[in-house]
Amino acid sequence: MDKFRMIFQFLQSNQESFMNGICGIMALASTQMYSAFDFNCPCLPHYNLAYGLGILLVPPFILFLLGFVLNNNISMLAEEWRRPQGQRGKDPSVLRYMFCSMAQRAMIAPAVWVSVTLLDGKCITCAFCTSVPVETLGNASHASLSQGEMKRVLARIPCKELYNGQELIASEVAVRYLRCISQALGWCFVLLMTTLAFLVRSLRPCFTQAAFLKSRYWSHYIDIERKLFDETCAEHARSFAKVCIQQFFEGMSMDLVAARCHLPRKAPADAGEAAEKLLGITDQGTMNMALKSWHRCKPPLHLHPPALPSGNGWAGEGQPPVHPPLPRREMVAHYSCV
Amino acid sequence: MDRFRMIFQYFQSNSESIMNGICGLLALASVKMYTCFDFSCPCLPHYNMAYGLGIMFVPPVALFLCGLILNRQSLVMLEEWRRPQGHRRKDLAVIRYMCSSITQRAMVAPVVWIIVTLLDGKCLMCAFSSSVDPEKFAGFANTSLVQVQQMLAKVPCKDDELMRNNTSRKAVSRYLRCWSQALGWSILLILIIAAFLARWLRPCFNQATLLQARHWSNYIDIEQKIFEETCCEHSRLFAHKCILHFFESMQQEIKLHSFSLPREGEGAEGKEDLLRGITDQDQVNKLLKMWYYEKPPLDVSQVAQR
Repeated sequence: MDKFRMIFQFLQSNQESFMNGICGIMALASTQMYSAFDFNCPCLPHYNLAYGLGILLVPPFILFLLGFVLNNNISMLAEEWRRPQGQRGKDPSVLRYMFCSMAQRAMIAPAVWVSVTLLDGKCITCAFCTSVPVETLGNASHASLSQGEMKRVLARIPCKELYNGQELIASEVAVRYLRCISQALGWCFVLLMTTLAFLVRSLRPCFTQAAFLKSRYWSHYIDIERKLFDETCAEHARSFAKVCIQQFFEGMSMDLVAARCHLPRKAPADAGEAAEKLLGITDQGTMNMALKSWHRCKPPLHLHPPALPSGNGWAGEGQPPVHPPLPRREMVAHYSCV
Repeated sequence: MDRFRMIFQYFQSNSESIMNGICGLLALASVKMYTCFDFSCPCLPHYNMAYGLGIMFVPPVALFLCGLILNRQSLVMLEEWRRPQGHRRKDLAVIRYMCSSITQRAMVAPVVWIIVTLLDGKCLMCAFSSSVDPEKFAGFANTSLVQVQQMLAKVPCKDDELMRNNTSRKAVSRYLRCWSQALGWSILLILIIAAFLARWLRPCFNQATLLQARHWSNYIDIEQKIFEETCCEHSRLFAHKCILHFFESMQQEIKLHSFSLPREGEGAEGKEDLLRGITDQDQVNKLLKMWYYEKPPLDVSQVAQR
């Protein structure tokens, strides 16, 4: 469990590590999507090319954009780009670093899709079956077919149950030919991608390493700063809400005491902790009024000014006179935590 | 178990994470629902379109409503919208922000359903098989109109005796599936481009207002949670005091009515008597009857002062 927790914490430690995790998941998801997707070649002359190339190119584009959308850094990048300068200078190299790092990670899932598609061969077979060289692979002169008719026949090569041109060209021959080309293209693509990745990684330290370290540091800093700011705001909102609600309950019970003209309760010197926690609300009518007031008339987003505590814990001057001693002491104690 | 607790804690860390988690679960549920659902095209001329389009659009509406129901923030937003102004003024930007965030999350599962439906192809094939142009396909060109309509309507049913080995049926079915998949991928592409532009361009407009709206919508959520926790704690204490008071009053009544000699050691009740003076079956029965027939009033003001 410790190992798992460490891995989880490491991946969470900054946005880049987190994105590496997402990137891996998306690459796996793209292979899973491809195997789940039911490829269905239309076997009609012009539709084949559109369908085949569409399946080869549109999902990678979608995966690329998805890689950007899932990356929280994109709004950080846009924010950093558009913010007014203020008192902090802007460094374009940091922005460039962030963009490059996002783009590199987003490229992985599309590259996986394209490789898997090419290595499987169905897309290229569907898209280019009408361009098969019939002269070399079959008998072009066997049947006198018009161009259009021949294209219609060739378009059905990927659909075994519909194909009726065995005399023109055997479907297995054509399919093998097209698959061979597709797989060759696939392996070349894989080689190209890995060579590019290798060059990018190994040549970069030879040039601009110092500038790179600087950009990377400041881009991590911006990410961490934004996270800490969000956490601080959330923490502040929580404390604000606690004090606001506390003051609301106190205000309620004071109002009711004043309205009923009861003698003010003498502050019991040893009032139990439970009595304090009851917040001065001790019967059904009061509670109902409190709940009604919470909905009808929410307290303003304005906490009472904190009282400066003096030596013995009692509030000094400047305290609003309407608060009786017991809640006042509570208020001071509470503020010391905020 | 530790693993689940950690994942659970991560998702619980703020309510946005919880909502993202629910949103993802609903999307997975919609995929699972689609794979479990046994699509069965009626293969009759007018029923096909109704069935096909019904299966494509009715479950997404249900999933959208589920997404709204399961999202706690929708109640918070409604409450904030409808509350009287009172001492706290209302900020429409916050309400708009909450509304858009709720709607975006609720739209994920319906969109996933529609896209999976289109990529699978059965719905569109069922709905539009009668609308295909019969001239394009050899087997349907030379038959009467009514007959062609009936045959086209049977295209989605592979097991029908007429259609079992019909090559034209296979051609039509491939054609329709191709269109369905193309439509599915196009919709997915458009949505992803829209999401990308929204994330990229949002900081360019009103970033400061957005930060404020997001902070205060978070605040309202936290405040509501803390209020509920405070009320829960208060009601627990209230109930505790109320019940203690009830037991004490029962104890006094029993002391008044029973003539038994005080037991030894009763004077030395230094520590709290957990039995609270109720020590036999009759007394317990009486207490339970009183609890049912005459519940104590909701007023612990006397008790709290002790």
